[in-house]
Order: sequence, then C-alpha cells, then structure tokens
Amino acid sequence: MPARHLTLRILSRLATSLVVAWASVTATFVALHALPGRIEDILAGDVDFPGLREAIAAEWGLDRSLPAQYVDFLFRLAHGDFGTSYVLRRPVIEVVGSQLRPTVELALAAGLLAVLLAGGLALATAGRGRLARGLASSLELVAASTPVFWLGILLLMAFSFSLRWFPVAGAKSWNALVLPAIALALPTAGLLAQVLRESMEKTLNQPFVTTVRARGVGETAIRTRHVLRHALLPAVTLGGWLIGGLLGGAVITEKVFGRPGLGTVTLGAVLTHDVPVVLAVVLLAALIHVAASTLLDILYLLIDPRLRAV
Amino acid sequence: MTASPHSAPATVALSTEDLIGSVAGTSAAPSRVVRPGLRHPPRFILAAGFLVLLAVVALGPSLFTGYDPLTGDVSETLQAPSWVHPFGTDRLGRDVLARTLYGTRYSLLIGLAGMAVSAAAGVLLGVLAGLRSRLLDEAVSRLFDVLSSFPGVLLAMLVVTFLGQGMANIALAVGIAGIPKFGRVVRAQTQLVRGADYVTHAAIYGLGRSRIFLRHVLPNVLVAVPVIATIYIGNTILVVSGLSFLGLGPQPPTPEWGVMLAESRDLLRVAWWPGVFPGLAVTLTVIAFSIVGGALQKSFEGRLA
Repeated sequence: MPARHLTLRILSRLATSLVVAWASVTATFVALHALPGRIEDILAGDVDFPGLREAIAAEWGLDRSLPAQYVDFLFRLAHGDFGTSYVLRRPVIEVVGSQLRPTVELALAAGLLAVLLAGGLALATAGRGRLARGLASSLELVAASTPVFWLGILLLMAFSFSLRWFPVAGAKSWNALVLPAIALALPTAGLLAQVLRESMEKTLNQPFVTTVRARGVGETAIRTRHVLRHALLPAVTLGGWLIGGLLGGAVITEKVFGRPGLGTVTLGAVLTHDVPVVLAVVLLAALIHVAASTLLDILYLLIDPRLRAV
Repeated sequence: MTASPHSAPATVALSTEDLIGSVAGTSAAPSRVVRPGLRHPPRFILAAGFLVLLAVVALGPSLFTGYDPLTGDVSETLQAPSWVHPFGTDRLGRDVLARTLYGTRYSLLIGLAGMAVSAAAGVLLGVLAGLRSRLLDEAVSRLFDVLSSFPGVLLAMLVVTFLGQGMANIALAVGIAGIPKFGRVVRAQTQLVRGADYVTHAAIYGLGRSRIFLRHVLPNVLVAVPVIATIYIGNTILVVSGLSFLGLGPQPPTPEWGVMLAESRDLLRVAWWPGVFPGLAVTLTVIAFSIVGGALQKSFEGRLA
C-alpha cells in the first residue's frame, strides 16, 4: 500500500468535510437572510430598547452589500466570534462557554456508558443461540424505542423520590450525573448494540474465526481479540451520528433533571427568540458532528487495511 | 463504506448508514430465508395489530372512554388508578386514560405530517440526484450532508426559533430534519431502477425519455416511499414527543403525550401515574412501528428494482 495513496484519501476526506462545514455555515447565513422580516428584528429576539436596532445593524454591518456581510460573517465565525445575545446582553461565546462544561460532562459520560453497555451486550450474546439473541434483540428494541425524557422520569421516580439515592436536580456533585447519564445512554446503547451484535454474528461465521478456533484459542479471546475488532467497523461508522444524538439528547435530559448546561441555555434562547445564541449552539453542534465523523473515518482508514486497498 | 455517507449504492438501497437515524429494531437471524408475505412471526402480528388499534383510537377516542380529555372534576384531583379511572387522574382531575387515548391523534398526526414533508422534498431531491447529471447529484448529495450534519433535535429547535412554537411548526421542523433520510434512499433507488433491465428494454423499444421516466422509473422509485416512511416514523414520533416535552410543540392543555409528561415532571413526588402511562404509549407506538417497518423493509429488499 503506497503511503501517497493513503495521504490522498485522507486529504480528500478532509476536503469533503471542509466543504460540508462551510456549506452548513453558509446555509445558516442564507436562512437568516431568506426569512421574512428585517434581520435586526430577527436577531433582537424578544427584547427592545432604544438604540438596539441601530447597534445590531452596526455590529452585523447591515448597511453593506450582501457579499461583504457574508465574508464578514465567515471571518467573525472563524475567529470564534458568534455575535452578541441581545436578550442576555452578553457576547454569545461567553454565554455558551460558561455552560459548556456540564453538558460536555453529561455527553461524555453517557457516550462512554453507551459504548460499554453495547459492547458488553454484544460480546455476551452474539452467536449464543436463539434464546440469547431473542432476549438481546428485545432489550435493544425497547431501549432504542424509549424516549430519553421518559426514562429520566422513571429513573427520578425510582431512585430520587422513592429511594432517595440521587439528588432530584442540579449538577453540583458527581452523583447528580449518574441518572442523567443513564437516561441519555440507554437509547443510544440500544441502537449501537443492535448494529454491533449483528456485525459480530456475521463475523463469527467467517472462515478466519474457524481457523483461530482450530489453533486452540479460547472462546473469550476469539471474541474480544479477533471478532470484536473485526466487527467494530460498522459500529464506528455510527460514531458521528452517536455524537450528534448525544448533543441533541443532552438538551432534553438537562430539562428532565433540571441540570444547568448548554441545553438549558438553548431552550431558554429558543423560547425568547434569542437567535444569535441558538445559531451558535446549532452551528457548534454541526461542526463537532462533522469533525468527529471525519476523525473516525480517517482513523479507520489507518486501522483497516481493506479500506485502503481500493 | 466509511469513507462518506454518499458512496455509490450497493444492491440494497437501504443501507445501515441510512438506517441509523431510525429505530430499526427488527433483526431476525440473517441466515434463515423466509419468503416475504408467507409467514409472519408473532411479534409482527402483535405490532401490526397494535398499530391498527392505534389508528382506530386516533379516529374515535370517544369510543373507548366516556371522559373528556380537557375538562376535569376538581373533586377528583390526583386519584390513583382505580376501576373508575384506570390510569388515575391528573392535577386538574382530568382522566389520564382519556388524555392518553386522545393523545394518539396528535402523535400520529404530527408524525405523519412531518413524514409527508420529508417524503415530498426527499423524493424530489433524491430523484433529481439519481438522474443523469453528475453535477446535480454532487450538489444534492452535499445538501443532504449539510442537513444531516445538524443534530435533529437542534435543527428542529432552530426552526422553532424562527417560526415559533406549535404543532404545524414542529411537524415542519422534523420534516426538514428527515429530508436526507428519504432523499438518500430515493437517490439510490432511482439509480438502481435506471440501470434495471426493463428500463434498458423500454429504451430499446424506442420509448421517449420522459415516458420511460414517468411510466417505468418513477413508479418503481415511489414504491420505496411507504417503506421508508414506516421505518422512520417511529423515530420521528420520538423526536416530536421530545420537542413537545420541551414545550416547543402543542401547548397545555392539549392532551399530547410529551406535554402530559412535561406536566407530570412536577408531580412525581406525589403521583406516579401521570408520568407513566403517556410514556408507555410513546414507547409502545415506537416499538410497533419499528417491528412493522423492519418487516416491510425485509420483504422489500427481495424485490428491488
């Protein structure tokens, strides 16, 4: 496998992602201008005070031509300047930055838990007969079909109100993270386990597994060292989607558990029509999503020799 | 297959990539070949039966309950489940069973409306991309990439910020978020049908291009639409109920499941029943759609193009 070929593949993957990222930013700009009504009014949200419209027009350079505004918009975004929230009267980046931590903690904890649960379930049940398969697929189906917020309500009912093991709201201590992370992780884990288990079952039927078994390798080692690694590919392609889903689900989870965070800020912004904040969060999520999928794809190009052989 | 979500379609239009956004729950043994339409596993029968029941309830909820979903009896607030009120009553003394039954209407209606938006735009764009022009294909595929780069819930929140809260707007919002799902499958299906033997033969017989397209390509692309819709509607209902839970959709006192669950959140300390039954309704509905959608997909895969 020539290294140049691989570099080319990686570069073309990066280029595609850059185009998609640029197009997402452009799409929001176009949407903003295509909406009926004046941009000053759209950006102002539910507030109005003397001089506000003029200040917005000055900040966004609304007196200039559209191409000039567009270039300026790109330039500011590239510098991390997402404008000002006129409802909160603070720079958007400050609003978002101050609330980032609890949400990232929640999403990371839930993501990790989902991967562990899905991996464990798939390892334990793949190719273990009809009963195990039926049980696992039912579990996955129920988990994947349960709304995050209802899971949250059920968990609150059982563990916060009845058993009083965990706090009802907030994000002050580590144990306030437990229930939200479980609620957010389970539906994701259900979907992930489905894909992973099916992929493992296909892999278990492949000749190389028989070869490994014939060499006298134990069943557990076959599963963890050979089959799981081989079967990970379809599951890893879900990585980007998983991150997008966790970000979206975090908004709902924060609402159920009364947790502070980006979701709570975004929901408030939606209800007060605070467009600059919502735009920033949505764009940020899209860029994280694109970046993560790109990284995973490249990672897999490096790991899996079959993908390079085209 | 990792390289990009829009790589050339294999023989099966519905790939794993396309399915991940859905709750594609049915994964029977791949080794056993069952001829579609001949034998149905019991869980398919159960799921299909449940969906028929849902449709009947949505059409005539008053056949199943004597209570009004909006007016409560103030002397009967927060009653636990009993023979009179099988699901109990809520904070305003309204019958939870009646509200859950009437709620079927909203979830199905908003879900179907959203699907209609996704299907209309997805078919239009997908067919365009699946036809001849490489440039058009590239442009439309990038558009799908851009749309699907926004997490569904957040994209819907953006739409609601611009258009305001309400049922029609969240239907539109989830509809927009669902366009790439339909579009990608329709694009792949169009390419598949275009290359099929009967299309080549029609061309050999001297049929005009527009005639081939309207008589032979389009109908065979459109048969995929109900299948895609059944697969994705479960996921759409999940997102819709989530948006309603956040207060972005129908407003109280509408007996919508997400709205009811949001109201129940503050009552958990005193009453469990308002927080259990509407959630059970959402979950069962999504499960039923996943099972039926998965079965439809399986029987459809056998006779593509």
